[in-house]
Amino acid sequence: MNPEGPSDVQRVPVTTPATELGNKLPLQVWDLTVAYQRTPVLWDVAFQVPPASLVAVVGPNGAGKSTLLRAILNLIPRTSGRIQVFGNDFELQRRRVAYVPQRESVDWDFPVSVLDVVTMGLYREIGWLWPVRKKHRARALEVLNQVGIADLAHRQISHLSGGQQQRTFLARALAQDADLYLMDEPFAAVDAATELAIIQQLRAMKQRGKTCVVIHHDLQTVPDYFDEVLLLNMRVVANGPIDKVFTPENLQKTYGGRLTLLDEVSTAMRRREKSL
Amino acid sequence: MGLVGWTWALDGWIVVAATLCAMSCALLGSFLVLRGTSLLGDAISHAVLPGLAIAFWATGSRSGTGMLLAAVGAAIVTVFLIEALRRSAGVDRGASMGVVFTGMFAVGMIMIVQVADHVDLDPNCVLYGSIELTPLDQWSIGGWLIPKAVVTLGLTFLLNSSFVWLFYKELLLTTFDGDLADSMGFSSRFMHYGLMSLVAVTAVGSFESVGSILVVAMMVVPPAAALMMTDRLHALLWWSMGLAALSAVTGHASAIVVPSWFGQGSTLTSGMMAVSAGGLLLVCGLFGARRGLVTRWWRQRSFAAQVAADDVLGYLFRLEERAGGVGTTSAQGKVGSNPTVADVGLLSANLSQPLKHCQRIVAQLVQRGEIESHRDGYQLTEAGRHRAQLLVRSHRLWELYLVEQAQFEIDRIHDKAEAWEHVTDESMRQSLDQATSQTDLDPHGSQIPPEVSPPRT
Repeated sequence: MNPEGPSDVQRVPVTTPATELGNKLPLQVWDLTVAYQRTPVLWDVAFQVPPASLVAVVGPNGAGKSTLLRAILNLIPRTSGRIQVFGNDFELQRRRVAYVPQRESVDWDFPVSVLDVVTMGLYREIGWLWPVRKKHRARALEVLNQVGIADLAHRQISHLSGGQQQRTFLARALAQDADLYLMDEPFAAVDAATELAIIQQLRAMKQRGKTCVVIHHDLQTVPDYFDEVLLLNMRVVANGPIDKVFTPENLQKTYGGRLTLLDEVSTAMRRREKSL
Repeated sequence: MGLVGWTWALDGWIVVAATLCAMSCALLGSFLVLRGTSLLGDAISHAVLPGLAIAFWATGSRSGTGMLLAAVGAAIVTVFLIEALRRSAGVDRGASMGVVFTGMFAVGMIMIVQVADHVDLDPNCVLYGSIELTPLDQWSIGGWLIPKAVVTLGLTFLLNSSFVWLFYKELLLTTFDGDLADSMGFSSRFMHYGLMSLVAVTAVGSFESVGSILVVAMMVVPPAAALMMTDRLHALLWWSMGLAALSAVTGHASAIVVPSWFGQGSTLTSGMMAVSAGGLLLVCGLFGARRGLVTRWWRQRSFAAQVAADDVLGYLFRLEERAGGVGTTSAQGKVGSNPTVADVGLLSANLSQPLKHCQRIVAQLVQRGEIESHRDGYQLTEAGRHRAQLLVRSHRLWELYLVEQAQFEIDRIHDKAEAWEHVTDESMRQSLDQATSQTDLDPHGSQIPPEVSPPRT
């Protein structure tokens, strides 16, 4: 079910899963299609992420960036396609994956402290039914220290600024101590100091062999911050190292009008479904 | 006991039953309210009706596990239908709830009316309950006569509290961030259905005694009131249960007492329980530590008072500056024309505060030992001068920062600095000092006073 698209799109060679590409790749996606009520949001997405790399996911609004991360995490059903995390099914590798949702996805008036939120990152390690103990809170505090907001540990979360909220989420992900991090716009609406702090954390994580796939909006900083880029607009426009792939032509393809046909067909389908 | 018409054997049991029921509801209700699905309690307590009717029709009895299982089944069907309708038809959760629960309730009513011809199942009883009859129907347990309702509600409360105690962490995670929970393998759907099953059990367990309307009230009102009082989940649960218990006790007491003021007999306990819960919500809404209206008003007022006091100190400090140097003037003591002394009239004119207001502020400052009274006005003390110096320093550092770092026009900076000086602490001043150029003069050309440590007392 290949939709008609530009033929010169750069594609990762799609080979058979698992063994041939090696088990060590943090993330591999083949022919992923995701549809909301039969209107596809992602078409035939295929890409791979090398180990210990910082990968930017870039594309215009409605390109399906958040949907891609949610599909990888099995949070939404996929129409077709296949995803492997460290050469295995996600369900089997859950422990090695951490997710940083969009900041707006939670209620910041919720009656919890910053420390409570960060401790959530340890829940999987603690396990079903076991209570949070002192040592877990101590660990959470350590991580808060790492991201530089240990002094806010006992504040209720509505008292945080946007940047502090983002650091709280980052701390929670760090507490999960995963190998692959999927982050939905961690740089959205943060101050310059926080942006610097976050990128320093990401680099430190890379040093420790971690991989981060990050939805990013600021095209200016992509080459500075990241090693690889995934240009996405409902399908993969290009995927690979920044210096090879992050070109004006590819950006033009991602943000320019060449894929509006896909948009049009989606709208047409939506209209048809509504009229039924 | 000052209550006329209170007998422990009867009223004691009624209060115990009401309290257990209210706390069971409030405990689960806290999570419903936090999930933004307060009305799901309402939906489920109505939607279990067809389940009850079927169980009743099948077993012919009104008690027992058959009823409970049927109710939980009906609740799960309801939750499932609500979610299915929401997803497939794309309507929002509230609308979907409204459609499903009214539908289920209507079907249940028809079924009950149909079977009620042969048997004793009164729809009114389901809605309003009959907690006054609690003590009449008793079980003998180990030689003790305990009302059936108290046993049922006690077990319900035990079930709910152990569920929340065991799954506290999971409930917190799935309620706060369902996506993260699912990505970590804590199924938010599982927790949702578990919670809803218990809501159903609680609703059924409470029907006979307090009725479904009060179940709904107790699931929403105490948690909503508790949210005004605290911003921690565990404290919220305690507050919520405490307020629920309080409204149960005051509800029954006032059901006996209040009508006698008007020369009437006692009224419905469940009705008065809902009324007292509403009263508690009002009190919490006004005086709650976290969001109470009066609390907020009081906080704003005390902040305004602090700002006014700060302004008086700042003004006196600037007078001293103009007179030629900080701290040098108090020794001169030139009576009559001392330039560092201001009377209330002068302060009132310069700070554009009403005279009366100024008198109160000055009195407070004198009491705190930050200004002292002279023959023709007031002057800074050592402590007052210290605080004033820091305020003026904050003010001028902000002005410098706004011009140098934020490129503000010089005539636009005073108001901002004036507002911010009251909330600027030492570490912020340090950062400001580092961020601005090493000059002693603010953009208006006034001296920026140095940081001082607090005077020894």
